[in-house]
Amino acid sequence: METVPRPGPGVPPKKGKLQAKRKKPRRYWEEETAPAAAGASPGPPRKKKKKNQEPRRQKQNSHNSEKSWVSKKPQFTKKSREQKKPREHKKPGPQRTLSGAQDPFPGPAPVPAEVARKFCRIDKSKELPHSLPKTRSKLEVAEALEEEISVKAARSELLLAEEAGFLEGEDGEDTAKIRQADIVEAVDIASAAKHFNLNLRQFGPYRLNYSRTGRHLAFGGRRGHVAALDWVTKKLMCEINVMEAVRDIRFLHSEVLLAVAQNRWLHIYDNQGIELHCIRRCDRVTRLEFLPFHFLLATASETGFLTYLDVSVGKIVAALNARGGRLNIMAKNPYNAVIHLGHSNGTVSLWSPSVQEPLAKILCHRGGIQAVAVDSTGTYMATSGLDHQLKVFDLRGTFRPLSARTLPQGAGHLAFSQRGLLAAGMGDVVNIWAGQGKASPPSLEQPYLTHRLAGPVHGLQFCPFEDVLGVGHSGGVSSILVPGAAEPNFDGLESNPYRSQKQRQEWEVKALLEKVPAELICLNPRALAEVDVISLEQQKKERVERLGYDPEAKVPFQPKPKRKGRSSSGSLVRRRKKVLEQEHRDKVRQSLEQQKQQKQKKQKAKPAGARPSALDRFVR
Amino acid sequence: MKVKMLSRNPDNYVRETKLDLQRVPRNYDPTLHPFEVSREYVRALNATKLERVFAKPFLASLDGHRDGVNCLAKHPKSLATVLSGACDGEVRVWNLTKRKCIRTIQAHEGFVRGICTRFCGTSFFTVGDDKTVKQWKMDAPGYGEEEEPLHTILGKTVYTGIDHHWKDPAFATCGQQVDIWDEQRTSPICSMTWGFDSINSVKFNPIETSLLGSCASDRNIVLYDMRQATPLKKVILDMRTNTICWNPMEAFTFTAANEDYNLYTFDMRALDTPVMVHMDHASAVLDVDYSPTGREFVSASFDKSIRIFPVDKSRSREVYHTRRMQHVICVRWTADSKYIMCGSDEMNIRLWKANASEKLGVLASRERAAQEYNQKLKEKFQHHPNIKRIARHRHLPKSLYSQIQEQRIMREARRRKELNRRKHSRPGSVPVVSERKKHVVAVVK
Repeated sequence: METVPRPGPGVPPKKGKLQAKRKKPRRYWEEETAPAAAGASPGPPRKKKKKNQEPRRQKQNSHNSEKSWVSKKPQFTKKSREQKKPREHKKPGPQRTLSGAQDPFPGPAPVPAEVARKFCRIDKSKELPHSLPKTRSKLEVAEALEEEISVKAARSELLLAEEAGFLEGEDGEDTAKIRQADIVEAVDIASAAKHFNLNLRQFGPYRLNYSRTGRHLAFGGRRGHVAALDWVTKKLMCEINVMEAVRDIRFLHSEVLLAVAQNRWLHIYDNQGIELHCIRRCDRVTRLEFLPFHFLLATASETGFLTYLDVSVGKIVAALNARGGRLNIMAKNPYNAVIHLGHSNGTVSLWSPSVQEPLAKILCHRGGIQAVAVDSTGTYMATSGLDHQLKVFDLRGTFRPLSARTLPQGAGHLAFSQRGLLAAGMGDVVNIWAGQGKASPPSLEQPYLTHRLAGPVHGLQFCPFEDVLGVGHSGGVSSILVPGAAEPNFDGLESNPYRSQKQRQEWEVKALLEKVPAELICLNPRALAEVDVISLEQQKKERVERLGYDPEAKVPFQPKPKRKGRSSSGSLVRRRKKVLEQEHRDKVRQSLEQQKQQKQKKQKAKPAGARPSALDRFVR
Repeated sequence: MKVKMLSRNPDNYVRETKLDLQRVPRNYDPTLHPFEVSREYVRALNATKLERVFAKPFLASLDGHRDGVNCLAKHPKSLATVLSGACDGEVRVWNLTKRKCIRTIQAHEGFVRGICTRFCGTSFFTVGDDKTVKQWKMDAPGYGEEEEPLHTILGKTVYTGIDHHWKDPAFATCGQQVDIWDEQRTSPICSMTWGFDSINSVKFNPIETSLLGSCASDRNIVLYDMRQATPLKKVILDMRTNTICWNPMEAFTFTAANEDYNLYTFDMRALDTPVMVHMDHASAVLDVDYSPTGREFVSASFDKSIRIFPVDKSRSREVYHTRRMQHVICVRWTADSKYIMCGSDEMNIRLWKANASEKLGVLASRERAAQEYNQKLKEKFQHHPNIKRIARHRHLPKSLYSQIQEQRIMREARRRKELNRRKHSRPGSVPVVSERKKHVVAVVK
C-alpha cells in the first residue's frame, strides 16, 4: 500500500474532506480556492476526521489487492509522514470529473479472497517434472488467466438474488427444542405450505425421492403404492399400485421417467404411471442410485451384484460382484459419481464401473453398516453402524474419521443436504446436525433440529433448492421444514425448478450430447485435466531408446571464441572448467538437501520417545 | 427464535408473457457444476468430431485453360481477381465471386514462365519462353480495341521468373542471371550472378523491400540487396530449391520449397541451420506461399496434393487432394487469408478453404460464440489421445498413402543403420547430426 503525505498548502483536499462537505454544491472553477482554504485550516479538525475514517480504510485495505488503485486516504504511521512523494500531489486529476464530483469508490470493486479461492481450479503446488521453459511459460499464462477468471466469477456472486435460510435461538435457547409447529407459525405462508404430512397408513413404510430440480416427489410403499407429484403445487402426476413390494424408487434424469425396484425386477415408469420397461437383468434390486451426468442407474441387489445400467441406450455397462453378500446400503458420491456400498462386516467399499475391484475399502464400524451418505462436495461421508455409532469421514485421500458419536438407537438412515446439514433417522425420530458453514463437516455434539414422526423412518432425502426434508415412514410421507438446508441460488442451465417443458426438452438434448462416458468415473474427477506424468516419462524413455540419444539433453557447455587474441586454448579450457565446476557444485548441493529432507521425513514418521514394540523388528 | 426460510417468488423466475425470453438465473459456484472437466472433455470430443464431419474444403474449380497452369498471381487491391498463366502462353484473368474467366490473352509463344502484378494493381507483367517481358493493363481493352501489351522487352535469354518490387516501379527477372529493371527502361539497371546456373525464381521481400532472394538449379539460395551491385550470401542445400517465399510478417524469415520433399524455413541472419524442416510431402515441393498472417504457409507438390503447415511445426496440419487434381504446380493464399488457390497440370485452378471446416457467410452472434467456445475446448484437450487421433485423421488416396508409408520405412531403415554404425564404432566418431543441420551443405558469404 502506498502512502499519501498529509495535505499541506497547495495540495487539493482529501476525499474524506470533500465527502464531509458534500452538502454544499461546488463549481469546478471553485476548486482552485477550496484547497487553499483547506490548507489554511490547521490540525485539530483534521485529526478528528482521521479517526472517523480509520475503520473504513482498514476494511477497504483488506479487500483491495495490491494492484488496485492507490488509496487517497491518509495513513498514520510516522514513516508515511516522512516519506513525501511529490509525484502523488498531481494524482487526483483523473479521479475528478468536470463537475467536481468524485468517485467515492475508485478502482475495481474489492473481491474477498476466500470467495475467489472457491473458483480456483489449478493446483499451483504441483510442479511438472522436467518441463521445458516453453511449457512452463504456457502454464504461467494459463494460471494468470485462471486467476483473472476466478476474480470475475467471484465478482458475479454479487448478482445472486437469494440468501440462504437460517434458524437461530434467542440467547441460550436450543434450536433443537423448536418444534415444527413453531417454525410453521413463524414463517410466511408460502413456506408454511411446504410442511405437510401424507397419511398413508395402508401401504406401509415408504421410500421417497426428489427429482434433480427439487420440484417433483416420488414415493413408493412396501405394499406396492407408487405415486409421483409436483409437491410444490401438490398436483398429482400419477398414482398406481404395482401389486408387488416396492423396495426403492428413483427419478431418472428428468421427472418424466421413474425407476422402481420391485420385488422381482426393476421397472421403469413414465410420469403417467405407464410401465415402459421391465428390466429382467436387474433382479431382486434393493437400492437404486442414479448418476445424472453419466446416465447410469446403479442398482444393488440381494444377490450381491452392483449393476450399472445406461438408461440412455438401455445397456448394462457393468455388473460387479461386490462379494459382500446381500447389498442393501448404497450411496452415491455426487462429486465423482463413485458408488459407496455398505457391508455387514463394517466396511464401506467404493466402486467405479470401469474397475472390477473396489477402488477403496474403509473399515468404518465394529458391527455392520446401517447407512451411508456423502455430502454434495464429496468431502465428507457419514456412516452409521450396528454399534450405534455415527461417524463422519474425510474422503480427501486419507479416509480418516473426523468425528464420531454414539447414538442411543443408532441411525438407520442418513442424508446430507446441499449446504452440508446431516439428517439421521433413528426409529421414529429424525435428528439434524449442522456445521459451521457450507464446506465444513457437521458437528455432532448438538443437534440443530429434531422431529418425531408417526412411525419408524424408512426413507430420507433433503429436497434440492428448498429448505425441506422429505421423510418416508410407515405412516406415510412427511415434509418437514429445515431452514438453511438448501442452496439458495440455482443455476438455470443446470437444474431449474421453474423450467418450462420446452426448456426441459432442450436441456435433455444438451445433457444427452454431453453424457460423460462411464469409463471416466474415478476418485478424482479432475484427473483428466492434469498432466499424465507417468506416461509422459515412459514416452520419453521409449523415445530415447529409439533414437539412441536424448534429444532434449542439455548440451555440454562450449565456450564461444572471443576476438582479439583472448581466445587462447588455455582460456577456453579455463572458462569451460569454471562452468562445469559450478554445475557440479549445484548438483552436490541439491543432493545434500534431498538427503536432509529424507532424514527429516524418517524422523517424523517415527515419533521419538515412543516405546519400542515387539513388531519393530519387522520394520525396514 | 429467529427464522428465515428460503422462499422464492416465482414471478422472479418465470417469464411474464409468452413473448418474453425465458429467465435463466446463473450461479457459477463449482459445486453446482460437478464433473466440469469430464463434461468439457466430452464437449471437446464432440466438437472435434463435428469439425471432421464439416471438413469440406473444396469450393470451386475454374476451368478454361487449354494447357497446364504454370503460374498464378493475386491482385494487390481486389480480392476477387486472380491471374493465371498456362503452358501454352495463355494468360487468363478470373473473377472469383462469379467463378468465371473475364479475360483471355494469348501473351507468349510457349510457356508463360512467370506472372506478377504491379503494387498499384493497374497493370501486370508476364515473362515467357519467347524471351520477352510484357507489361499488360489490368483493365480489358475497350470494344474494337486489340489486346496489346503496354510494353514489350526483348531479352537475349529465356526468363524463368519475375517479381515486382512492393513499393517502387522496379521489377526483377531471373534466367541466366538476376536482372533488376526500371519500368521506364528497356535495359536492366543491374544484373547479378553468382555461379553459372539457371535461376528458377526470384522473390522480393515484402517488408525490407530492397532485399530479394533467388534459387538456382545448382542447389543454392542466393540473397541480394538491390542497393548493392553484388549478391549478399548464399546457402547450398542437398537438392535443388524450386521456389522461396518470404514471410510477410517477419522480414528475415523465408521458406524454401525443395526437391527433396521437404520445406525449409530459414532465418536470413543465420543460414547455416534452418529454423524448421517441414516434412510431410511424398514428392518434390513445387511452390509455397505464405498466409497474410505469417503464421502458416501452403505448399504445392508433385505428389498431387497441397499441404498447409504452421510456421513453427514440422508436420502439416492439413492436406488437400481430389481425384482429378494432378501435379500441383502453383499455389497462392488469398489476401483475406481465407482461401487457397492452386493451379495444376490438368488445366484447372482450384479454390479451397484455408480452414477446412469453416462455415462461410455471416454467422449469428450465438453461433459464433459457440464456435469460439468449441475452438477453445479443442485447444484445451488437444493432447488427449482420443481427441488427437480424430483431429489428426485425414483420408489419403491409396497411392499417396503407400508412398508415405514406403518413405517412412526407408527413413526408419536409414536411422537404424546410423544407430548401428554409431553403436559399433569408436564413441564420438559418428556424431549425431540433427535433422535441421543435415540438409545444409554450405553457407557462402
